[in-house]
Amino acid sequence: MAYSDKVLDHYNNPRNVGALPKSDPSVGTGVVGAPECGDVMKLQIKVNAEGVIEDARFKTFGCGSAIASSSLATEWVKGKTLEEAAKIRNTDIVQELNLPPIKIHCSVLAEDAIRAALADYKSKQKQDNA
Amino acid sequence: MSVQLPIYLDNHATTRVDPRVVDAMLPYFSTHYGNAASRTHSFGRTAEAAVDVGRGQLARAIGASTDKEIVITSGATESDNLAIKGVAHMLRSKGDHLITAVTEHKAVLDSHHALEREGFRVTWLPVDKEGLIDLQQLADAITDQTLLVSIMAVNNEIGVVQPLAAIGELCHKRGVLFFCDAAQAVGKIPLDVEAMHIDLLAFTAHKMYGPKGIGALYVRRKNPRVRLEPMMHGGGHERGLRSGTLAVPLIVAFGEAARIATEEMAEESKRILALRHRLHQGLSARVPQIFLNGSISERTPGNLNLSFAYVEGESLLMGISDIAVSSGSACTSSSLEPSYVLKAMGVGDELAHTSIRFGIGRFNTEAEIDYAIERVADVVTRLREMSPLWEMVQEGIDLSSVNWAGH
Ligand SMILES: Cc1ncc(COP(=O)(O)O)c(C=O)c1O
Ligand code: FES
Repeated sequence: MAYSDKVLDHYNNPRNVGALPKSDPSVGTGVVGAPECGDVMKLQIKVNAEGVIEDARFKTFGCGSAIASSSLATEWVKGKTLEEAAKIRNTDIVQELNLPPIKIHCSVLAEDAIRAALADYKSKQKQDNA
Repeated sequence: MSVQLPIYLDNHATTRVDPRVVDAMLPYFSTHYGNAASRTHSFGRTAEAAVDVGRGQLARAIGASTDKEIVITSGATESDNLAIKGVAHMLRSKGDHLITAVTEHKAVLDSHHALEREGFRVTWLPVDKEGLIDLQQLADAITDQTLLVSIMAVNNEIGVVQPLAAIGELCHKRGVLFFCDAAQAVGKIPLDVEAMHIDLLAFTAHKMYGPKGIGALYVRRKNPRVRLEPMMHGGGHERGLRSGTLAVPLIVAFGEAARIATEEMAEESKRILALRHRLHQGLSARVPQIFLNGSISERTPGNLNLSFAYVEGESLLMGISDIAVSSGSACTSSSLEPSYVLKAMGVGDELAHTSIRFGIGRFNTEAEIDYAIERVADVVTRLREMSPLWEMVQEGIDLSSVNWAGH
């Protein structure tokens, strides 16, 4: 497997590894994948009062491309509004990281993780407002 | 002591050719380049004599009673095909049933699949959690239609050694032929086709410090005499079983590799076993939650197959890029399926994805093992810190109770 320089860079210097407090109402957490499939991604966003994602964190069990995809996803969601973040597509990740066809599903997982984190944040907000 | 990088710890995939083997073969490219079938001149006779020496060395390495029982092939894949299809096709009128195990090499599995498509029936024996077949299940599977039992000596992923002598005895008693793929075993563990009642045995030079592209099939000549239908037709070489001009330099090399391995096996396996213990203990001391795949006692000295729970195998390989090993993870395979061998042993997919195969060989040193321990331990620790599964386990969450959003 030949990795692109960008995948190697994210793998060796992953951005935003870590965890945000799950119970914080301003934090949305998405966990996608399954250990039996060989890939699990956890992506978290912290949203400020203006509805802008001000911080993001990830942890990933998966191949180097999956780690790079989630690392890139945290970079990209930061500073975006929820609507903007929802527009990130796995194809953008594939292009940016130069992923080969066999690694496309790793980028799909990253897109799924963003969506799951957004959905979690929104459902928390609904509960809070109810 | 310093080590030279990268470090090769993938000796089940292939091995470095021993310098002594290279020295032995080189004259047969440029000086003694005759065709071993050219009996009319000295070039041919020199080549033929060299082939005879090589064949004798191969025969002795496995305890064959005559050199005539050695058929030269291009490698273990060809030997596997020739043995299985050759027996099935030759004995088609006597029966239609074959027995093998689910953890065999692809060359054995796919040869059986091909025969299934021709109408043969195959019993696929399971293995236990150690990776070993059950003799009673084998005994129960044999019928009066059974032609051949094919069980490997040493598994290429987990290194476990099947109970060959017991299998051979059983087959011999029941009058069915026993074929053994010993690609990972010859030169590594003691083998004796007579004592073990092995009727056909496949081996290959490149797993025993010889060159790629040369192998052999042992075919028993007496008690019973095994007959095969050839796959390669032509000039009638190898007593008609495998036509094609003999690769004299490669045969010389294969023979020399077999001689060295046979003479040095006792010493070498002690040394390699010590290295394996060092690696296993060193890693266990530094990294919690690692699991050995396959039997610890019935195992070839050079194999260590470990699962590093919560760390996916390909990401681990990427982190230890200066150490050559392989993984049973799906992410490293083109099929995106984890290792079928680990699956057959009942290793869960979540652990199969985290497996690494270390293959220790003749040229590995203690310093290399120590370097590997440090590197692997560091990378596993780093990757666990970024593993959501490791985090959950630290929080006391039982991963099997989680409702995964799989896909
Ligand atoms: C058990 C076993 N059988 C067969 C083979 C195939 O050998 P060759 O590469 O010589 O065709 C291998 C090597 O990959 C092996 O490990
Ligand atoms: S996580 Fe398996 S290929 Fe990327």
